[in-house]
Amino acid sequence: MEKVVEIIDISMNYHTLDGETKAIQKLNLDVSNGEFVSIVGPSGCGKSTLLSIVSGILKPSVGKVMVNGKEVQGPSTSVGYMLQKDHLFEWRTIIKNITIGLEIQGKLNKETQGSIEKLLIEYGLYEFRNHYPRQLSGGMRQRAALIRTLATKPDILLLDEPFSALDYQTRIAISEEVWLILKKEKKTAILVTHDLAEAISMSDRIIVLTKRPAEIKSIHEIKLTCNNKTPITCREAPEFRFYFNTIWKELDIHV
Amino acid sequence: MYDSENVIVSQEHKRYLMGHKRKNSAISFSRFIILIFIFALWEIAAYKEWIDPFIMSQPSRIIKTMASMSKDGSILMHTGVTVYETIIGFVSGTVLGTMIAIALWWSDFLAKVLDPYLVVLNALPKTALGPIILVWIGGTTKSIIVMALLLSIVVTIINVFTGFSNCDEDKIKLLKTFGANKRQILRKVVFPAGIPTIISTLKINVGLSLVGVIVGEFLVSKSGLGHLIIYGGQVFKMDLVMTSVLILAIVAAILYLSVLWIEKKVLKMM
Ligand SMILES: Nc1ncnc2c1ncn2[C@@H]1O[C@H](COP(=O)(O)OP(=O)(O)O)[C@@H](O)[C@H]1O
Ligand SMILES: [Mg+2]
Repeated sequence: MEKVVEIIDISMNYHTLDGETKAIQKLNLDVSNGEFVSIVGPSGCGKSTLLSIVSGILKPSVGKVMVNGKEVQGPSTSVGYMLQKDHLFEWRTIIKNITIGLEIQGKLNKETQGSIEKLLIEYGLYEFRNHYPRQLSGGMRQRAALIRTLATKPDILLLDEPFSALDYQTRIAISEEVWLILKKEKKTAILVTHDLAEAISMSDRIIVLTKRPAEIKSIHEIKLTCNNKTPITCREAPEFRFYFNTIWKELDIHV
Repeated sequence: MYDSENVIVSQEHKRYLMGHKRKNSAISFSRFIILIFIFALWEIAAYKEWIDPFIMSQPSRIIKTMASMSKDGSILMHTGVTVYETIIGFVSGTVLGTMIAIALWWSDFLAKVLDPYLVVLNALPKTALGPIILVWIGGTTKSIIVMALLLSIVVTIINVFTGFSNCDEDKIKLLKTFGANKRQILRKVVFPAGIPTIISTLKINVGLSLVGVIVGEFLVSKSGLGHLIIYGGQVFKMDLVMTSVLILAIVAAILYLSVLWIEKKVLKMM
């Protein structure tokens, strides 16, 4: 399959007056079109840093990232980024929140507005378009945040622990929903999560990173036998426990 | 998710609301009684000559002063002048201060360079600059407004700049992922997120500007409540001084409540 993201020999060092922090060391990774890849690793190992580099808002110290065959020089419209919290602006209505990316890129017009309306209708937020974020539940807010990311029509979505601020039940429901949306819209996704079960149930591939500075420790192809594959049905698959135990051991978590 | 509007209120909840209401009216009533009590005591003490009404004045004499000053319109003129100067002072202080805060947010270098100057200016009692301003600008309304502006501008710069700097980094990151430039980051997130800070600064500035205006009027002494107070003191008309102070208290309260009202409106709109 065609590679849409190529991370080539990336290293990243942060410099502060207190010293130098090596966040990433010589990391290589390819992601193919339509693939769902999860990245897990100890907290503080450099996962968010990696996503920021792929999105173009951070320049790596060494190495480069290619997206759709072109070197990343700065934020581009082909990459969408979803953060841990929804970060909906309280002073904007839902529709105004969703169009903010288009506004910034100067692409707010009849046509793009039409496609946003379609998304809103399709994903059940149309009635709430003139509401303010505080009037929506946590799950709906996260859905609005996803539509905000999709509004600028990226091919690749970067998701940085997007469900971790939600309670357990909402998290499962919304991750199912987001997965279905991403599959339907045929997006490539890179998900950072600390929830192993979430990673296994959603991904085609899981990348385990080492402690800081992040290197790739191992890569796991996830092959689950379940009919009508979605994250929730995948949790019932017989291989689920096996993957869970293997990766858990690799994460090497000591309390 | 929604506030249920048409739900039937239970008896228990009704009782709770009633109790709440009763407590609130008891508080208002007590406040009113204290006010009446102070003025009554003052009046009686002056009447019985426990205190000297010539020095301490007296509510009935204050009312008389107010009545005679209303007749010739002077009370309205002086109050109007003070209110006008105060409003111009704190609005311009807030606007200019916010603009400078934006400049500081824009240039990290500028902010670092100016930091010690701001700290010193903030600590300096600005009223000490009164005579200098008077000499430089002259004994006009302009001096008074500059005084009012000077008192509020430094606090505004510091507060609003702090507010801007505390803007959620992740919200800025979000806009950056869409390719936002600095101006867009300011317009779409830093400034709107800072509006509550600006308004709360406005609340501080009303009081500060009023201080500036009164000190200015003391110095310039042509018109305004500050002028009446200083003039009344010089010619030993304590009735005039007390009347002016009382009006000043009312003016201060009304200005403050107006800003509170604006705050409520704006925050609701946001
Ligand atoms: N802007 C920064 N300046 C300096 N150090 C940073 C900065 N951002 C992150 N770090 C450091 O880099 C390391 C990796 O951070 P991050 O990528 O956020 O980890 P993760 O997302 O895996 O928890 C951490 O040790 C963190 O303290
Ligand atoms: Mg992180």
